[in-house]
Amino acid sequence: MSLVRSTIAAAAALLFGLGATSPAADAQQPKHGGTLRFVMKYEPPTLSVLNNTSTTTTSPKIWDGLLTYDVDLKPLPMLATSWKVSPDGLEYTFNLREGVTFHDGKPFTSADVAFSILRLKAGHPRGRGTFANVTEVKTPDAKTAVVVLSKPSPYMMVALGPSESAMVPKHLFEGVDVAAPPGPPLHIGTGPFVLKEWVRGSHAVLERNPNYWDKPKPYLDRVIIRFMPDAAARAAAFEAGDLDLGGSAPVPLADLARYKNHPKLAVDTRSFAYTGAQHQIFFNLDTPVLKNKKVREAIAHALDLDAIVETVFYGQAKVSPSPISVALTTWYDPEVKARKFDPELAGKLLDEAGHPRAAGGMRFPVRLLINPFIDGRLAEFVRQSLRRVGIDATTQNLEFGAYVKNVYTDRSFDLTIESLTNVFDPTVGVQRGYWSKNFRVGLPFSNSANYSNPEVDRLLEAAAVEVDPAKRKQAFSQFQRLVHADVPSVDLISPLEIIIANKKIRNYARGAEGLGDNFSDVHFVD
Amino acid sequence: MSMFESRRLLRVLRRTVVQAVPTVLGIVVLNFLLLQLAPGDAADVMAGESGAATEEGMAMLRRQFGIDLPLLQQLMAYLGNLARLSLGFSPRYGMPVGELISQRLPSTLMLMGLALVIALAVGIALGTAMAMTAGRWPDRVISVISLIFYSVPGFWIGLMLIVLFSVKLGWLPSGGQETIGGGLAGFDMVADRLKHMILPATSLALFYVAIYSRLTRAAVLEVASQDYVRTASAKGLSPLSVTVRHILRNALLPVTTLAGIHLGGILGGAVVVETVYSWPGLGRLAFESVMRRDFNVLLGVLLLSSLLVILANTLIDLLQAWLDPRIEVR
Repeated sequence: MSLVRSTIAAAAALLFGLGATSPAADAQQPKHGGTLRFVMKYEPPTLSVLNNTSTTTTSPKIWDGLLTYDVDLKPLPMLATSWKVSPDGLEYTFNLREGVTFHDGKPFTSADVAFSILRLKAGHPRGRGTFANVTEVKTPDAKTAVVVLSKPSPYMMVALGPSESAMVPKHLFEGVDVAAPPGPPLHIGTGPFVLKEWVRGSHAVLERNPNYWDKPKPYLDRVIIRFMPDAAARAAAFEAGDLDLGGSAPVPLADLARYKNHPKLAVDTRSFAYTGAQHQIFFNLDTPVLKNKKVREAIAHALDLDAIVETVFYGQAKVSPSPISVALTTWYDPEVKARKFDPELAGKLLDEAGHPRAAGGMRFPVRLLINPFIDGRLAEFVRQSLRRVGIDATTQNLEFGAYVKNVYTDRSFDLTIESLTNVFDPTVGVQRGYWSKNFRVGLPFSNSANYSNPEVDRLLEAAAVEVDPAKRKQAFSQFQRLVHADVPSVDLISPLEIIIANKKIRNYARGAEGLGDNFSDVHFVD
Repeated sequence: MSMFESRRLLRVLRRTVVQAVPTVLGIVVLNFLLLQLAPGDAADVMAGESGAATEEGMAMLRRQFGIDLPLLQQLMAYLGNLARLSLGFSPRYGMPVGELISQRLPSTLMLMGLALVIALAVGIALGTAMAMTAGRWPDRVISVISLIFYSVPGFWIGLMLIVLFSVKLGWLPSGGQETIGGGLAGFDMVADRLKHMILPATSLALFYVAIYSRLTRAAVLEVASQDYVRTASAKGLSPLSVTVRHILRNALLPVTTLAGIHLGGILGGAVVVETVYSWPGLGRLAFESVMRRDFNVLLGVLLLSSLLVILANTLIDLLQAWLDPRIEVR
């Protein structure tokens, strides 16, 4: 035993001596082996992000992307080893990695890239927008792919991570219905793990891909993904030592404090630029009382954002007062500040708007809805804040299908607390909520306010095709200030990603994609 | 079994089938129409889960689910499938509904079966003990306990059992139906499955334990005052023999009647227990299908449940006849 151990130590020392360029980073040679038990709240219809974005944390384990990103969204090589963008921003050339094979042994080539990008354009919920300007993908040789655009699409460069744009094998997906969630036989990618079994309603087992291109990764033998819809059950499973990792606040926020001093579990709260989390209130501008800007301003003044962070989110959020989330550090304009919390001023504004308090203290009623993926206590907080300034808000807790129908099809709401995440770029994640051409009844996550400002439209359209990052940033700054002044929405907070992790695992969220990391670098330490 | 009895049995079965067909058809059509009242459709939910959508994408999803067709056409298509003994296809799961249900059915039936066995065994035993000690302290103590089982919600009991037996003591797993990736076989696999079933089956059973024990207590007390019981005691039979053969057998009738009715109810209660214990059963499948508006799956589960209830009722009829030959199976 001791002999074996010392041999391993010697081998590790040898590796360390010969191969290490930065000793500090390699001081701990990651050890191979182990099973990671990862928990998800909801079971997605497929594990692939190809046409369903509830899979951003499962897909990267099986399918790689062309690129991946560091925490600041700087692109890093993945399946593409190098890339070049033409000065006019209309041609992206990707040089692909040699010797990469799919799990079925077939080689990965530029034909797969061309197929995947066009498939994402046809079927991915966001890809249809991200890749809208792609006219063709040229494949001059097996290891070069050239994406040709009709108009510049500066955000495309950030959209090529594995959690957003999976590279799938053409030979298997050709002829498969674009809308159909790919089933287990189609779970073949180039990624670090291979799908071994998927027991619906329970779990999926992923095994190490021994032929992964990034040797010696992956370190884990196996990743078990468990689907557990009940928060208390997840908390119990963590405490019983049956789970190693979970994201999106896997346990109730009220319980978080208990985990702070847990001997085996760590709470990891961060903000990830790829998800751009944002909660905001959208006003239905078709509601007569809300047409008056003073009323909307009054509502903004009635809300104490710091108190929301502290009480509703137990401090696990940041005040995010602009239509572009503070999580998108590149684009958020710090000059846009939250309106001061001042119930008296709110009352005054409402008086001026012609809504004095009637007998009983209330001025007018509003219907307040909340996206059921958000903690319902936020609606309760807003309701009470509004009642305090004399707005008689009634909340209605709807489950998902009903919520989407009420807000986006029937438009039977006055205020809705929405979670319009900004994803990785404002053109992809923010524009949809404020662009007048995206007021589309029946379309979820469209311009629910029915907000229309020609100048805002112009800025959004300009930013969408602007190749110069500085000019683009300027356009988005102007956009943020204009929207903030118009108040079609009250931007509230950006919730932090809350991860609970076994203290013995490392490197589960290396870059901007958070738990959409491919887990190839995850390993256990002693 | 005599010639007469088996012919009687056949007649019962034939009559059950004849009555079941229109009942089931009615259930299917009614369910189908009721489900249309739910706001939002499968495409809304899928888009909602994705957090992003486009009009083309929504149209594509609706076409995939077949919900872009007129209502009557959807219903006819569903009934057409049924006529060919197919429960249709779930685009969300990408597999036939029949296959999906048959994956889940065994684990739910096992759970229900074990829960019912525990409920009946413990309930009848406690009820008999209560009746035998009626008015004295064991009766009182068990009464209080069964009242607690009756009134505390199942999910809370489930969670408390997990906290005690999984988190604190570490004896039993906190959820799931097997050790995932354990690669067990033979006896080890059965033992592993059983270990995973104990807590959920117990949580599911406790409510029914309370009902059956109260019911048994009342029935035993009633039967114990009958003349033939006195006769049995008078002719010198041991108290145990009198209790088991003369009292209990007659007292069981109301319990079995109720257990039959409960079979359907347990399926409903299983939704909660399956959620708390991450048990991949039929109850959760049904619940999630409602939330996701995956109505092909839901209709399949409802159809199957109604068949189960009809089957259970038939079995109970026969069981009653066996317990008490005076009861005519009509």
